[in-house]
Amino acid sequence: MKGYIEIDQERCKGCSFCIEYCPKNAIALSNKLNLKGYFVVDFQADKDCNGCAVCALMCPEVAIEVYRGGSN
Amino acid sequence: MKKVYSRPRSLKETHFHYCPGCGHAIVNRLLAEVVDEMDLRDTAICVAPAGCGMLVYNYFDIDTLESAHGRGAAVATGIKRVRPENLVFSYQGDGDLAAIGTAESFHAANRGELITVIFVNNGVYGMTGGQMAPTTVIDQVTTTTPGGRASDQAGHPVRMCEVLAVLDGTSYLERVAVNKPAAIVAAKKAIIKAFQHQLNRTGFSMVEVLSPCPTNWKMGPIEACKWIDDVMTKHFPLGVVKEVKC
Repeated sequence: MKGYIEIDQERCKGCSFCIEYCPKNAIALSNKLNLKGYFVVDFQADKDCNGCAVCALMCPEVAIEVYRGGSN
Repeated sequence: MKKVYSRPRSLKETHFHYCPGCGHAIVNRLLAEVVDEMDLRDTAICVAPAGCGMLVYNYFDIDTLESAHGRGAAVATGIKRVRPENLVFSYQGDGDLAAIGTAESFHAANRGELITVIFVNNGVYGMTGGQMAPTTVIDQVTTTTPGGRASDQAGHPVRMCEVLAVLDGTSYLERVAVNKPAAIVAAKKAIIKAFQHQLNRTGFSMVEVLSPCPTNWKMGPIEACKWIDDVMTKHFPLGVVKEVKC
């Protein structure tokens, strides 16, 4: 895995911008509700995320942190 | 692994109150990133508007002053004149800047006030429930134009960048959008450039941001982003409208 993201699901409002623009389809809408009552998105760890950070660029809620680099 | 993206320092931990897919939140973040990158945290002063963006003082970790509805440019003028060493920008929506505050915005631009205006244009009055704004495009359905905006009754959409471009006081006017990754990168560059124009004291600068309002456009967030490309940019062409040598 070249990268991964951490999603603050309490911030997520399920707008799905990150899903739309993720080149690896590594994010999907879950059936989890957060405290605000939105269905939140989940990171798919098996989808070869490369940490391009397009999801974070699109995320209006600044809910995504992106990590990239070696396997340490 | 190395962290390559995290929350900008100038953005507080507070959760945004905006609707899902709202462009305001993206613009708020871009401004915070630019303030961080240009090292302006101690000197930037934001003037908040009335409208959906009115709570920006809850989000920016920089000095922010709320203005009366539409008077952002006038309040920013006052601040800039007393504190010329500070970077002063007003954050305004289309109802704020192009309707109730037209006079203040126009004359601040005409005087060449050394302020930057961040103009978030979503084509409707968002906070009050999606009524027609001066920037509503022809045939757009809003709560006050249920049959679509008709130009014989309700006039034409106001292109504020082009309106202000004829004034000698303005130095940098650009229209950008926040509906896709490449557009967001361009929007950030435009904000940086506008701030540089202010810091170089060349004149009034404004960045107009076409921003999705899925709730009041009665669309899904993705559809709203597409609508900006398909319809809104036909009335509001993107790009630099005016730039004098900085």
